[in-house]
Amino acid sequence: MRLKLVPQTTNWDFFSRPKLWLGISALLIVVALLSFGTRGLNYGIDFAGGTTIRTESAQPVDVGAYRAAIAPLDLGDVTITEVFDPTFGPDRNVAMVAIQVQDGQESVSGETIVAVQEALRGVAPDITFPSVESVGPTVSGELIVTAIIAVMLAIGAVLIYIWLRFEWQFAVGAVVALVHDVVLTLGIFSEFGIRFDLAIIAALLTIVGYSLNDTVVVFDRVRENLRRYKSRPLRDVLNLSINETLSRTFMTSFTTLLALIALFVLGGDVIRGFVFAMIWGVIVGTYSSIFVASATLLVLGVKRDWSKPEDDAGGPSGTQFSTGGS
Amino acid sequence: MLNISLGRRVMIWLVVAAGLLLAMPNLFYDRVERSNDAEALLEQGIGGPEVEAEAALWPSFLPDGLVNLGLDLRGGAHLLAEVQVEDVYESRMTSFWPEVRDALAAERETVGFVTREDSAPDVLRVRISNAEAMPRALEIVRDLARPVVTLTGAGASDIVVAAEGPELVIQLSEAEREATDDRTVQQALEIIRRRIDEVGTREPAIQRQGADRILIQVPGVGSAQELKDIIGTTAQLTFRPVIQPFADADTVAGSDEELLPFPSQGEGAFALVERAPVVTGEELVDAQPGFDQNNRPAVTFRFNPSGARKFGDYTAANVGAPFAIVLDDEVISAPRINEAIRGGSGIITGDFTVEESTELAVLLRAGALPAELTFLEERTIGPELGQDSIDAGTIACIVAFAAVMVFMVLSYGIFGVFADIALMINVALLFGLLSLIGGTLTLPGIAGIVLTIGMAVDANVLVFERIREELKTAKGPARAISLGYEKALSAIVDANITTFMTAVILFAMGSGPVRGFAITLGIGILTSVFTALFVTRVMIATWFDARRPKTIEV
Repeated sequence: MRLKLVPQTTNWDFFSRPKLWLGISALLIVVALLSFGTRGLNYGIDFAGGTTIRTESAQPVDVGAYRAAIAPLDLGDVTITEVFDPTFGPDRNVAMVAIQVQDGQESVSGETIVAVQEALRGVAPDITFPSVESVGPTVSGELIVTAIIAVMLAIGAVLIYIWLRFEWQFAVGAVVALVHDVVLTLGIFSEFGIRFDLAIIAALLTIVGYSLNDTVVVFDRVRENLRRYKSRPLRDVLNLSINETLSRTFMTSFTTLLALIALFVLGGDVIRGFVFAMIWGVIVGTYSSIFVASATLLVLGVKRDWSKPEDDAGGPSGTQFSTGGS
Repeated sequence: MLNISLGRRVMIWLVVAAGLLLAMPNLFYDRVERSNDAEALLEQGIGGPEVEAEAALWPSFLPDGLVNLGLDLRGGAHLLAEVQVEDVYESRMTSFWPEVRDALAAERETVGFVTREDSAPDVLRVRISNAEAMPRALEIVRDLARPVVTLTGAGASDIVVAAEGPELVIQLSEAEREATDDRTVQQALEIIRRRIDEVGTREPAIQRQGADRILIQVPGVGSAQELKDIIGTTAQLTFRPVIQPFADADTVAGSDEELLPFPSQGEGAFALVERAPVVTGEELVDAQPGFDQNNRPAVTFRFNPSGARKFGDYTAANVGAPFAIVLDDEVISAPRINEAIRGGSGIITGDFTVEESTELAVLLRAGALPAELTFLEERTIGPELGQDSIDAGTIACIVAFAAVMVFMVLSYGIFGVFADIALMINVALLFGLLSLIGGTLTLPGIAGIVLTIGMAVDANVLVFERIREELKTAKGPARAISLGYEKALSAIVDANITTFMTAVILFAMGSGPVRGFAITLGIGILTSVFTALFVTRVMIATWFDARRPKTIEV
């Protein structure tokens, strides 16, 4: 007897409540954008500039005492957070000290860092500094621009590739799904105030890649079925294709999640944010390739070999939810 | 249906074997690394029984390429420096002034007296007392212009001269600035490399980034500050005529003179020296730490022939006068010239400690930085944190591996076992390729591997699911397997090409750790497609030929 995540043959109707699904997606996107607009992202030093110092000591972290020790240095906004990780023993107490960019300093001042380290040694004599990172405002500004360009390029490249390999409707469907995934990921990062740094951009692009992977597999089957069942309505063909690939979709998402969860729990605190973004992306990407990409395809309709006017292919309910999708 | 020619089978297994062989050294990381280090020493001619023994730790007939560990895993310092290329414009203008002065002075009857006016550092302003002669003066100065030495700026001249009332305004042309910037950054890069090499750490990465930036990554350095101390000083050494050895802060310097601090004579001591040097540090061929006749730490140096001649001529003509040894706008010492110094060697004495004299000798040997550096980004990662990350990453990889493998067997039975073997081969190939191209493994790179483990089964899943579907239409197992591969191909290719494109974009746009992630992700895609399309297929075909099952369950 084989383990099955979904039954061997499914015949679920994914477009019976299209308004509900697209409504949920639209609502989530609005929430994400609102959160993004009001709270913004909790930028790490890669994007905001400044200095972070990681401290480690056998004594428990006393955030108040750390703060008091650093206060006389007059460094403006200093954030101190304790870092927890299941792999730390009781004698490993880690904190992150984040110092904002100092006014009028382009380059990073070694003296400031040394002064902070001295001050902290006063609190916990055995303290060590496993990592110290500083980024000046020029570089951080450029990193933001590069990151935005990278995400745009990735989406653009995908649009072109899918357009070449399929039809433009497929490309639009895939990109709508990608934008959906990226926006929701940004939303969850701003909502929970998770530190957003350069690695998260890598995660975002991976999400783009992953979500696409999923979408393309479904689309590939749609293309095949469109050729095979020339007279069935698009809606049925989409449903059939999704059902046929459902087992694979779940298998792959599940194995990827298994691996990522292992990394999330055991991989240490340094990349936890990064892994979190990917876990979220896999879930959202799987959802979006079915409910966003395919639904968009249904709304747009596909020109089929035999059809003359476009509306033939649109399916009976195709126009009803044309407002949703992104 | 499952016929795969013998030649192809052999090819596939050969590729797998090569990948495994290339990946193997990484299992003995420490041992291979020590052996490689020792071999590098032997190549430089540094030998000895100990080094030989170290080199023998890893047999030389085996591949010894290793995956480089990124700074975030190995620990070390990372600096992004910006070269202040404008510094060079200033010194160019300063050295151009005597030339302009002499050329104009040659026609004093026409242009009158020539004086240098204050101006922005990258501009040379020259006033002539006879303003009517400006057209002629412009002509004279323009004659001094030289063509720019680049491929693109051909035909352009190196300076731009304009007239503003009675003043000539001279500055570097746009083409020359670009050419100069490029040279300056190249030179700075070279010198940084030499300085870091002098200190002798393993595998420093020093790369140019963009127009005027240099990225420096040195594993094993305790802190970014240490690294800055090694490379941060300009170490511009000049020998200049002294006008007034004991001056103070109020001394007025003429236009050709410069008032510089003279710290060894006490707080607030200054010396008035000429702006144009007799000889510069660029003409040094050697510098060594040593001691002077009073047994105080000093630096001995030797000039190249042209420097030696200039220095000899100057000292011969100025016996009895003092001259200044100036390092980075500070007078180190101002000895009196007792006799003409021929032969081109000399000694710098000052208030040095032994460490300072050693460091100064290193800096002088490596040469001066042509311009100052400002640091835009610096990161220090302690080796312990890196080791923690490796340990955590390894455990996570193993657990992820085990979980995915168990799950695959539960889902696909014997086919799952094939997929699992392919997965192991896949990760080995990934490491093999990484070692082959000398790729760098970073912490996000480990995440890339874990992600690859998760996603690598995807291609297999696509095929297996397709085989299941084809079995339903009951064409017999062999046909179903064959059709499964055939029909899943386009989905596999499309899905992986799109993911590969994002990896390429990440590689092109990202830096450091992110780039490491892009590399593992990209290679992971290649190896997983290879293993799914070829390796599992050969395994299934071999199994099928051996068993000839009437029915199969996928």
